[in-house]
Amino acid sequence: MSLFAIIGEALRALRLNRLRTGLTMLGMIIGVAAVVLMLAVGQGAQTMVNQAIASIGSNLFIVVPGATSSGALRSAAGSVQTLTMADAQAIAHLSTVKATAPLVTGTAQLNYGANNWSTSVTGVTPDYFNVREWPAESGALFTETDLRSASRVVMLGQLTARNLFGDEDPTGKTVRIKNSPFVVAGVLAPKGQSLDGRDQDDSVFIPITTGQRQIFGNQFPGTIRFLMVQGISAETMDEAEVEINQLLRQRHRIAEGMENDFTVRNMAAIAAVATGAAKVMSLMLGAIASVSLLVGGIGIMNIMLVSVTERTREIGIRMAIGANRRAILAQFLLEALVICILGGLIGVALGIGGAWAVSHATDMIIVITFGTILLAFAFASAVGIFFGYYPARKAAALKPVEALRYE
Amino acid sequence: MLLQHDNPSVPLIKVENLSKTYSLETGVKGNGPFNSQVLFEVNLTISRGEFVAIMGHSGSGKSTLMNILGCLDTPTQGRYWLDGRDIASLSDDELALVRNRKIGFVFQGFNLLKRMTALDNVAAPLLYAGVGRSESRRRALDLLGQTGLGNFAAYQPTQLSGGQQQRVAISRALINDPPLILADEPTGNLDTQTSREIMAIFEQLNRERGITVVIVTHEDDIAAFTRRLVRLKDGRVVHDGEVPA
Repeated sequence: MSLFAIIGEALRALRLNRLRTGLTMLGMIIGVAAVVLMLAVGQGAQTMVNQAIASIGSNLFIVVPGATSSGALRSAAGSVQTLTMADAQAIAHLSTVKATAPLVTGTAQLNYGANNWSTSVTGVTPDYFNVREWPAESGALFTETDLRSASRVVMLGQLTARNLFGDEDPTGKTVRIKNSPFVVAGVLAPKGQSLDGRDQDDSVFIPITTGQRQIFGNQFPGTIRFLMVQGISAETMDEAEVEINQLLRQRHRIAEGMENDFTVRNMAAIAAVATGAAKVMSLMLGAIASVSLLVGGIGIMNIMLVSVTERTREIGIRMAIGANRRAILAQFLLEALVICILGGLIGVALGIGGAWAVSHATDMIIVITFGTILLAFAFASAVGIFFGYYPARKAAALKPVEALRYE
Repeated sequence: MLLQHDNPSVPLIKVENLSKTYSLETGVKGNGPFNSQVLFEVNLTISRGEFVAIMGHSGSGKSTLMNILGCLDTPTQGRYWLDGRDIASLSDDELALVRNRKIGFVFQGFNLLKRMTALDNVAAPLLYAGVGRSESRRRALDLLGQTGLGNFAAYQPTQLSGGQQQRVAISRALINDPPLILADEPTGNLDTQTSREIMAIFEQLNRERGITVVIVTHEDDIAAFTRRLVRLKDGRVVHDGEVPA
């Protein structure tokens, strides 16, 4: 018996029971659509995390003042100011360190003409833009000279530039920060969301010296909010962490056995955790979705078993006119497979449609790969074969005379 | 080898000391299975071209014998040669092939495939014989024409009368040009006039095409169409020979 003929018979049998076939297929459709959608969401989340991690910069440490715990009293990291510009310069001289970028931060109101915008103002050194791998899109980054002379120059983030200037080119224009005039040196390239979900383009950057002296009015001159340190390579990160700790303990005169008054965070380690978490979430979503596929498969088995019982006499007739066991097995297996493959096709289409809808309705990133579709489809076919085999074998194992006699 | 036939030196059907016992689980603990013997050492030889009636009351074992002759069931004891081949030596697949090529079945309840057209029903055995679709349709249409149903090819069984359904079944039995037709109470569901018409078809097939026809019946006037009568009683052959007029 040719495969085409068997497929024809299977399709004919499925057409005869349209409602039942449709409902059985619905289980498959929902299962496959769920798998496609969940994998798309999961992979989208992974992509989002990876983008956020890449946007931080590579081989990065963040050194914040304050210990993670200090005796009975716990103060939030960064709530005291123990790090200084001098610390930053000393760390920059370590052999395992490529560059350091001290930061002071605050929030301020910016004005340009009639427009105003409240945003985060960060005082940085020109090295900051190297460490963050964040180039200027227009204009130019401010320089060491600006830093030394504490010039009133500012780099605008994309969002801030758009909100203050609209379509105008901001470079060379003057904005007011806390009523002090600043010349716009340039606009930074778009950076997107950070790991903690803030829009990094909603920001402006000024020389750290200008910030310390003129904007934030720091009571301890020379102190900084926190420090970014870029290691020379991924391999020497552990070594660098030890050296930074030693150097700072020495500089802060912390006695043996006393706790640090600073905390060094390895961003690569944090990034690894975040990536891992996203991966686990992606896997979990897929696993949950495959449960519905499994339930769909059981539905198929159930219906096929009913169908085999109902059609016992038909099976007997087919055997009497010359169908061998393989032909009967193939016919019922193919019925299950056709349900799965058709259901799989519709499910994939629905899943893609759903993913598209989700990505349009929310700002979530949705990623559908060919691999996802292939996986969902392979899974659907496997379910069909697995759950279709038992009923088909049951049909094929019937004795001709008993099947014929069945009422 | 399996499909070779028309070897006139061996009888088409040869049955030796054939017994059949059904074993039913009683479901009662300690009682074991309940055994019921329905055929006792039956001996029967049917040559090519014969037109035979197997008669007996219900429970006489005639249907069981028919099922064994049709390779739908297996004997408990004894041997059965169909066309010179010992059926016990054949695998399930080979038995399916034998049913497909050597035997045409006609049943009391017609046993047509539901919701399939007469044409598809007649062509169905060709699905399992590996014959292409267009060739199948051509042959099926030809046979339907021969049994007078040329205009009913697209009808489904439920749209046909009993006599018409049985003609479709006969056409189906003939599609692979088998040497043997086994008919189990083929007129049991038909009125007298239609029964005669159906029997006339069998008679004609036997006479004109030399097909061996074995009919199981309990009606004397149906048996009267045949030329040899085998009577079973309580699982034993009690008469084998002339059809009483």
